[in-house]
Amino acid sequence: MRLKSLLALLGPFIALLVVYGLFGARNPAMFTEDVLLNILTQTVIVGTAAIGMTLIIISGGIDLSVGSMIALCGVIAATLVTKGIDPPLVFLATIGFGGLCGLLNGGLSTGLKLMPFIVTLGTMQVFRGAGKVATNGTPVNLPFDVTAYKPWMGGSGIPWGVWLMVALAVLFTLVLRYTRFGRHVFAVGSNEQTATLCGVNVTRTKLFVYVIGGALAGLSAVMNMAKSSQGDPTTATGWELDIIAAVVIGGASLSGGVGTVLGTIIGALLMTTIRTGCVLNGIPTPWTEIITGAIIVVAVIIDRLRNRKA
Amino acid sequence: MRGIRKTFGPTIALGRVDLEVLPGEVHALVGENGAGKSTLMKVLSGAHAPDGGEMEFDGKPYLPRNPLDARARGVGMIYQELSIAPHLTVEENIVLGMEPMKGPLVDRKLMRSRALEALAHFDHPDIRPEVLAGTLSVSAQQLVEIGRSLAMGCKLLVFDEPTSSLSQKDIERLFLLIDRLKSQGISIIYISHFLEEVNRLASRLTVLRDGSVVGTREVATTAPEEIVSMMVGRDVDDLYPRTDRHAGEALLEIKHLAGSIKPADASLTLRRGEVVGIAGVVGSGRTEFLRALFGLDPVKSGEIRIGDHNGIASPRQRWRQGVGLLSENRKEEGLALNLSIADNITLPCLDRFGRGGAVSPARQMSRSAVWIEKLGIKCQGPAQPIGALSGGNQQKAAFARLLEYDVDILLLDEPTRGIDIAAKARIYEAINEAVTDPARPRAVIIISSYLPELFGVCDRIAVMSQGKLTRAVPVADLTPHDVMLVATGKAADLPQPTSSPRS
Repeated sequence: MRLKSLLALLGPFIALLVVYGLFGARNPAMFTEDVLLNILTQTVIVGTAAIGMTLIIISGGIDLSVGSMIALCGVIAATLVTKGIDPPLVFLATIGFGGLCGLLNGGLSTGLKLMPFIVTLGTMQVFRGAGKVATNGTPVNLPFDVTAYKPWMGGSGIPWGVWLMVALAVLFTLVLRYTRFGRHVFAVGSNEQTATLCGVNVTRTKLFVYVIGGALAGLSAVMNMAKSSQGDPTTATGWELDIIAAVVIGGASLSGGVGTVLGTIIGALLMTTIRTGCVLNGIPTPWTEIITGAIIVVAVIIDRLRNRKA
Repeated sequence: MRGIRKTFGPTIALGRVDLEVLPGEVHALVGENGAGKSTLMKVLSGAHAPDGGEMEFDGKPYLPRNPLDARARGVGMIYQELSIAPHLTVEENIVLGMEPMKGPLVDRKLMRSRALEALAHFDHPDIRPEVLAGTLSVSAQQLVEIGRSLAMGCKLLVFDEPTSSLSQKDIERLFLLIDRLKSQGISIIYISHFLEEVNRLASRLTVLRDGSVVGTREVATTAPEEIVSMMVGRDVDDLYPRTDRHAGEALLEIKHLAGSIKPADASLTLRRGEVVGIAGVVGSGRTEFLRALFGLDPVKSGEIRIGDHNGIASPRQRWRQGVGLLSENRKEEGLALNLSIADNITLPCLDRFGRGGAVSPARQMSRSAVWIEKLGIKCQGPAQPIGALSGGNQQKAAFARLLEYDVDILLLDEPTRGIDIAAKARIYEAINEAVTDPARPRAVIIISSYLPELFGVCDRIAVMSQGKLTRAVPVADLTPHDVMLVATGKAADLPQPTSSPRS
């Protein structure tokens, strides 16, 4: 059966290679080390948040507010930096704040028994608005002398952020496969009634999953800040769709019970590759969006067809 | 139908089936799940083309191209799942697919008269041509569906398990309708699991088993046991293995349990080593009783004592107290269909498969493999998604969940409903083994709507009627008739023991 799950990843992976190859065929610059590194680095922000979204979607939920969360957390992080707080504390505080945002999402949907789609549609606006209110709409710039964050998303060689994303991907793959919590996440997503019947604490599982999603969004926000050297309340607009698309391309089902972290990473890489490929080939931005959307739909259709046959 | 043969690849679904239905006859078709009844009816209705054999209808050769063609020729199918369009009116539903046209527009006058003609077969006050079909009750919708076939002039109607979602009153109405149709010369093939219905309605019956005809009999002269042995292929006595039962300490005591609506008043004492059955009609409150006991539904009042624990508890606590529940609804509640067999079996006791929150998938697999072997679960391995298994094998896995957790009290809600006979037998074996285990006999409460099963498996039987549970009476002191009287509300309680009560 391990073979079957490897095969399930094969689809998205082949799509990734095909897309990469096609863009590269038109502009061989795609194949250079610089561009490859660029793709990896660009994937870190969406990829890190998408790891959390993977758990949320496997559990049968969804979080539309993640883009706004990244913006709000970025504002928090940048503000802390300007106040002279040390990087470790900035990381912790932002991750913690993200976790609290996630707790709000999870708490509202489990406590009030509301659909996560609706709840996070609301918090999406609330978080976005909060960020703008806190900064009066203007970005919080990092002081010029702060260089501690540069190596995370830049510098020479592979940025630390890439290693971080890889480490988190490995960690959560292990969590999903080898922990009781991971089994519960799958059970709740596959059939909540069965999970209840079997004594799983469905509410606690769901809360945890949203908190983790929020924490990883917070981490992703720090990475975003490292890249842009600012906390911009208008950043990450629309990124929730990219993040969710990455999870779905990676093989997860929006109805829950199915999904892999590795697939999500491949999905995130696919989308970055499309964007980069379009830029390198001089394709204007509107077309980039059309192509991205089309490739997402095609990848998902192929994946569903294959699942139905199996 | 003569010599009908149908294969799907290497599987022989039907091997030379002969079936003959006379005009104005109700002919019952019985057999276990997987016996070939649906396949045979699909051949009859044109959904499948037979690979061999021939059919004759009304004296002429009959080979429908598709179900609409079959209906036009006069063979109408009434399936369990109704195909009523709820947003259309009754008359629109009746002529659906063959609306009378006047030029490009629908001829509403003709539609109305055709509908009234069809509805004249049954006088149901709620079914008027202009009523929206979605507002009717399930049994009324079923009548509309029958009306559709009658409007096409069908001379043969096939009913596939028509009573499974009907109330007692609606079932009576359906029987009267079938009597009436019979007297009008319409032939009926009646497929059902319930031998009581077959006895009431049919003049002849044909038994299918594993794709072949076991025999055709006159209903009036055939005993139910004979029919069951023909369906099952073995002696009925072997089906319910029973070794000596010894009732020990009281494991579970319930006093006057009441849920939010049902149960209204249920009291029961369950002892180690015994199987107590709960009989009753659909809707009497049996499932609600177990759900309230298990913590899935709220409890309004009453006492529950399990071992040292008093009062209500959540499902998680009940498992820890050694109680497990097998849901009657395996697809929607009992199983997580896209998870593996191993995940489904071990879900309540994952803490035993690792330390500190970790879980070893390898251990999950090896433990599940034990049950796959013991219960004969046909699958590709413990990692296979459970949704891919047949109903019987899924149910065995759901049962294995209780065995893996090693509960003392097994609450089984319709454990053998809708599964093949071999799987049923295995589950009966497992129940018997559980309560006669020499080291630690378990206790079982089983809800079932099939009386022979209750009488075969249980030591005592109680009856739930409109939310009230009777005393549990030893099987030796009861007859199925006693049980039916209480279940249908014609008697208030089970008979008192005639001999002096044992302690």
